[in-house]
Amino acid sequence: MTPGTAVSRRRTTAQAGRGPLQVDGEVFSVKRVGDYFHLTIVADGIAERTRPGNFVALSVGDDTSANLLRRAFSIYRVKPAGIYGGTVEIIVAAHGPGTSWLASRHRHDRVNVVGPLGRPFALPKQPVACALVGGGYGSAPLFGLAEKLRERSCTAHMVLGASTEARLFGALEAKRAASSVTVTTVDGSVGIKGVVTDPLPTLLARHDIDVVYSCGPMGMLRAVTSVATQHGAWSQTAVEEAMACGVGVCMTCVLPVVGDDNITRMVRSCVEGPVFAGDKVRWDAIGTVPAGTYGTSVPSRRP
Amino acid sequence: MTALTPADVDLTTVLADAHLDNPVMTASGCAAAGQELHQFFDVSELGAVVTKSVMRDPRSGRPTPRMAETPSGMLNSIGLQGPGITAFLARDLPWLLQHDARPIVSIAGSSLGEYAELARRVGNTPGVAALEVNISCPNVENRGSVFACDPFQAARAVAAVRRDTPRGVPVFAKLSPDVTSIVEVAEAVMEAGADGLVLINTLLGMHIDLTTLRPLLGGGTGGLSGPAIRPVAVRAVWQVAAALPGVPIIGVGGIRTGADALEFLLAGASAVQVGTVIFNDPSAPRRVIAELRADLAVRGFAKASDAVGFAHRSTPGST
Repeated sequence: MTPGTAVSRRRTTAQAGRGPLQVDGEVFSVKRVGDYFHLTIVADGIAERTRPGNFVALSVGDDTSANLLRRAFSIYRVKPAGIYGGTVEIIVAAHGPGTSWLASRHRHDRVNVVGPLGRPFALPKQPVACALVGGGYGSAPLFGLAEKLRERSCTAHMVLGASTEARLFGALEAKRAASSVTVTTVDGSVGIKGVVTDPLPTLLARHDIDVVYSCGPMGMLRAVTSVATQHGAWSQTAVEEAMACGVGVCMTCVLPVVGDDNITRMVRSCVEGPVFAGDKVRWDAIGTVPAGTYGTSVPSRRP
Repeated sequence: MTALTPADVDLTTVLADAHLDNPVMTASGCAAAGQELHQFFDVSELGAVVTKSVMRDPRSGRPTPRMAETPSGMLNSIGLQGPGITAFLARDLPWLLQHDARPIVSIAGSSLGEYAELARRVGNTPGVAALEVNISCPNVENRGSVFACDPFQAARAVAAVRRDTPRGVPVFAKLSPDVTSIVEVAEAVMEAGADGLVLINTLLGMHIDLTTLRPLLGGGTGGLSGPAIRPVAVRAVWQVAAALPGVPIIGVGGIRTGADALEFLLAGASAVQVGTVIFNDPSAPRRVIAELRADLAVRGFAKASDAVGFAHRSTPGST
């Protein structure tokens, strides 16, 4: 964290070439996009390791900041080092002190970046038909995913939804990246008036979709998974759970997920996610520890 | 006083029967069992890795939200989620030993019998540098009252652990600051056979969500940690060091830099633990070692042990 110390760009001793890096990054640009901010940060080494669905955890403020916890953002785009250093791009909604601090950065400001973190989206081995569903700025990781899918001769049909046009992210870019684009807004300011799950059943049927990828609020992921499962499609969801560390040590970002052994466990969304098979997440039980979860036979502590 | 370079400073630390290369450890619950942090620095560089408190049985922990950011700190309400002692001994402890780390295993029980069982199983595993006893747990045999909040109950838990831990493996009791007199609890657990003390655990706190108008944390209350509590921790170390001279103390609470660590040494701690700042900077424990070395050198301390309790001397500056 301290600029100029050996901390910068220190890579793992055990897993050189793999795993996350901690990089003393430099802001390259901050651009306003609708209600969001598009940050490009020079952070060498991260691009080469990033796969769609990975995220970065950014520190907020300087070495004496009163906001200690890192903020997690799914990675929108990366560019490997060329003439300039490698960059990582994220989309920020400035709704709290940390995100507002990030949104008010200027070119050459320092931001400490840890990443890439988490498990990425699983990619199909066959050239299948895919739907990519994004809510608000949750669409950010879907563009890199669409690119990877099309490299594998998969189709990538995008559905982007938000409450208003200003909260849609990437609708124009989607036209370039995707096989087809469907837009929904709750207020009807653009596209279909409604939510992403309104046009989804028709889209899944028309294109005979095999895999549905989604990223956005929990309620949306739950609804998308339900539609996908009804259609018989495989669901991959990238969750947004509040995190303190992002690297797997704090145990705050847990949610109930069913394992292959059919046992529900409280698993960390930062290292075992953020991408989960949608049908394995106990959406109905988020915010609780459902009965029968591994480790609940012991009397629990009372506040 | 001749000028010292950081490389000249001797950081070796003795805590009862534990001999450490340096006085900087991770704090329990902030480093899991070392594997995740090993992606950022070599955990064998630390004085010790204090593992997340392990209980006898697997434990799911509390519902989310489990944390809230607070000014210069955070509240957590994890509820001791963990794999249980069998999985810990099979998987986590061997990993630490294979990577040349010095493990201090934190144990937490909900009854005296559980503490004793954990002490036997951990204490008899070769390579364990010490046991840390987390007594900030409810005692199911005593209407759920927290061991750490009552000197008598705290002493009973520590005595149970000490009795079943092999000689040569030191037992450190981690005390809660949420008591009327931390010195009284410190005296009780030392009397019960502890080899040293870890000061302090988190302070009980609460955050109310102004959207729902209800407590934010799933568990209602949570433990406050981070730089916000550092003055409380330094005070606790100071009071106990003054009352119980010679007792090995490990200081913990809000350490962010080497200078913060030095403050704890001066107050009377022989070693320190770095906790919440890891969430801000996963390389922090390693950075704190380097910074502490420099901070000792610039003040003319050739040995970290020379700084221990220095603030208690009546004529500041004279050595």
